[in-house]
Amino acid sequence: MTGGFGRMLRKEDQRFVRGQGFFVDDVQLPGMLYGAVLRSPHPHARILAIDTLAAEAHPKVRAVITGETLAERNLAWMPTLSGDRQAVLATDKVRFQGQEVAFVVAEDRYSARDALELIDVEYEPLPAVVDARRALDPGAPLIRDDLEHQANNHIFDWETGDAGRTDAVFSGAEVTIAQDMLYPRVHPAPLETCGAVAHFDRVTGKLTIWETTQAPHAHRTLYAMVAGLPEHKIRIISPDIGGGFGNKVPIYPGYICAVVGSIITGQPVKWMEDRSENLMSTCFARDFHMRGELAASRDGTIRAVRVTVLADHGAFNGTAQPTRYPAGFFGVFTGSYDLEAAHCRVTGVYTNKAPGGVAYSCSFRVTEAVYLVERLVDLLAYELDLDPAELRMRNLLRPEQFPYTCQTGWVYDSGDYPRTLRTALEIAGYDELRKEQSAERAAGHLMGIGVSFFTEAVGAGPRKHMDILGLGLNDGVELRIHPTGTAVLRISVQTQGQGHETTFAQIVAEELGLSPDDVEVVHGDTDQTPFGMGTYGSRSTPVSGAATAVAARKVREHARIVAAAMLEVDPADLEWEPGRWFVRGDPDSGCTMAEIALAAHSSLELPPGVDGQLDASCVYNPPNLTYPCGAYICVVDVDPGTGKVSVRRFVAVDDCGVRINPMIVEGQVHRGLADGIGIALMESIAFDAEGNCLGGSFMDYLLPTSLECPAWELGETVTPSPHHPIGAKGVGESATVGSPPAVVNAVIDALRPYGVRHADMPLTPAQVWRAIQGRPLRTDLAIS
Amino acid sequence: MTIRVAMAVNGTEYARDVEPRLLLIHFLRDELGLTGSHWGCDTSNCGSCVIWLDGKPVKSCTLLAAMADGHAVRTVEGLERDGELDPVQQGFIECHGLQCGFCTPGMMMTARWLLDHHPDPDEAQIREAISGQICRCTGYENIVRSIRWAAEHPAEHPA
Repeated sequence: MTGGFGRMLRKEDQRFVRGQGFFVDDVQLPGMLYGAVLRSPHPHARILAIDTLAAEAHPKVRAVITGETLAERNLAWMPTLSGDRQAVLATDKVRFQGQEVAFVVAEDRYSARDALELIDVEYEPLPAVVDARRALDPGAPLIRDDLEHQANNHIFDWETGDAGRTDAVFSGAEVTIAQDMLYPRVHPAPLETCGAVAHFDRVTGKLTIWETTQAPHAHRTLYAMVAGLPEHKIRIISPDIGGGFGNKVPIYPGYICAVVGSIITGQPVKWMEDRSENLMSTCFARDFHMRGELAASRDGTIRAVRVTVLADHGAFNGTAQPTRYPAGFFGVFTGSYDLEAAHCRVTGVYTNKAPGGVAYSCSFRVTEAVYLVERLVDLLAYELDLDPAELRMRNLLRPEQFPYTCQTGWVYDSGDYPRTLRTALEIAGYDELRKEQSAERAAGHLMGIGVSFFTEAVGAGPRKHMDILGLGLNDGVELRIHPTGTAVLRISVQTQGQGHETTFAQIVAEELGLSPDDVEVVHGDTDQTPFGMGTYGSRSTPVSGAATAVAARKVREHARIVAAAMLEVDPADLEWEPGRWFVRGDPDSGCTMAEIALAAHSSLELPPGVDGQLDASCVYNPPNLTYPCGAYICVVDVDPGTGKVSVRRFVAVDDCGVRINPMIVEGQVHRGLADGIGIALMESIAFDAEGNCLGGSFMDYLLPTSLECPAWELGETVTPSPHHPIGAKGVGESATVGSPPAVVNAVIDALRPYGVRHADMPLTPAQVWRAIQGRPLRTDLAIS
Repeated sequence: MTIRVAMAVNGTEYARDVEPRLLLIHFLRDELGLTGSHWGCDTSNCGSCVIWLDGKPVKSCTLLAAMADGHAVRTVEGLERDGELDPVQQGFIECHGLQCGFCTPGMMMTARWLLDHHPDPDEAQIREAISGQICRCTGYENIVRSIRWAAEHPAEHPA
């Protein structure tokens, strides 16, 4: 095929269906050793002593590493992505259940685990606080006594919007509603857990790390900063990644331990965490206690939103988000509506829970923002007895308002929201559904219809506003055109299943008129690719996709000059058609890209100042984020006897601008819709009052299967991004952002005969049953 | 202490001296280098490790290698025949039935078993068959379509 955009089967599938994917745990090196982490059973305890003698005496153990070993190398602590610090191996205290305490290096996996049992740690248990609402109590245990000047568990206060104007609108409003809601702690839970193979070559001084990372270049720089190794002597290889969803953005203690293990033993060290370690210690998501208020007119005009948030950041502030945004992009909580005023205040606190906080396809906390505002709109509809779809239609931004600056300063680039919502209502047959619901209700059945409309903010980001640890959120690409006209594209972003090897080839193909099969995409190796910040926050297409298009256009313009020299005409007299420059008015006189590529590498004389060959590069600094949107409608049935929710239908209409490969876009939407079912109905990393994690395996942390997910019904509208070279917007997280409120709104709608206005996620059978029975709802801890 | 474990994997006989506690998934991956089957959870929930034991899909993280001694194992590496992809493999490509590719081998082994016993399954049968396995990428819809595709495009000379 020639040309680029459109449905194209994925190149990478050929290896995956043959079982030839190459994941970190598939790495086998001569002399490779295996590491295992000893973890704290206590959520909060002082470490009195660690006795490693018995473990060291194990015949197959090669090294036992503790925080003391690391402290000798100044590695006992590492910086987090939010400028806090995190213990690599605990030296003074443990601060969450599952925290890393010691690391064993042994000759095989099983012996490493055996030796963990031989390490004797003497703990003095301390009171723990796992409920963020108790973290700032006067008597709350101080978690971060390692930090100077830290007198309590407070991390930050952050606010956005105009408090005075918002309060004024509220005090004069005809209708106000308020609701406390929790977006529970959940976990991205990629099927491949996190791990690394570290190989320090004592002869060359080169450190190679195969790692489950979404951001190989950022990791390399951080290793250089933390370990003091020169950056050019560090190579990060991120091979095939078995799902990431934000879980594989941070650097975890196990990676550093594997590196130290390799430095100490002189041999490669592999460390792969198990499922419980993944769920209990790596980057969780959400855990936002929110109070939202809406001010409106009696006719249903939404006027203002006011929000306060208590953000649980766990024991170390390890959120992964741009530096100036401690609550991520929660500032888009104004949603998709034209408001008079908005204000939000967020307080972040430490608790005795695992660190992390920004993950699980959340677009830097747009998930929480959309959930909040879409629940509030439904509550307003309930209050005013208006249809929730009609209420949204009345208040949605109108196409002529774009670019639209929302009340908290975000500049939405483009959209036709009413058309997107109308499309969803048509696919769902909304009016018919409402009639069916009336009949079902009359028959005593609990059928619910939930609507949500979301605006996403993705593609971080403009470097003057957005950095992580001082590294601007820009990405580079390098495009090489071989003499015979095929191409190699080197990118900094890292696929975890998104299909970059296909879509990025399609972008080059579209711009240069090549076949995507003739474009090889190289990624996941810092020695082979230009610097960039990696893949999260749906930023690959908005940032690196743009860089790719710009680099390809540079190649095209360069090719024009070469073609002009070949044809002995002025470049201005040439016209482009896909794959070919030709003389204006004389279509038969022209050169194909393959001919031009060969000429560019030949002895053909080029004008002064024009380089031979056609290679080009680009570091893309996005002028703005891209703002995809979508309208989702969920239909559920609730069993009044058991509280069990069944999702009957799910309609999703997404507008992510121009679609490079619609098949891949739809696949990404499917994924996020399943997330919505899971998050709304079953997923929760809960804790008991003592701080024991209750979500430490897939028997407790439930994920949706093929039986809970319906056949998805998709639609699309296409509003190109005006500032993106190919008009594309990010889409990888859209459905995870938009679907949970649609599911919850549907369940609450089903429970309307019982007068239920709100119940927190996950809407497990027990939670729904409590709502039906009018019993107190669970609001945080699993046990109450 | 080690014991001798011998089994036929994808038609080839293997014998290794291993610890009695060695899990079958680790035997396949670490001893035989067949890394197409994946380890994902340890609790038999995710199904990334599904292989066939004597013609039936099983979760190889929950079996000891010793329990497969003398038995026949088939893994994803044994789906392709004479350079021809199994229709299930082709179906996953055609219908975008995979994204990260981690659950895919296990899903395809279950799919092949389903189609061998129910050549024309409907959507509900397919969903039931794969309900013991988790995919975090596809929302299952395209896996269902992939298996239907395979049902509609049977191999001319089935294995």
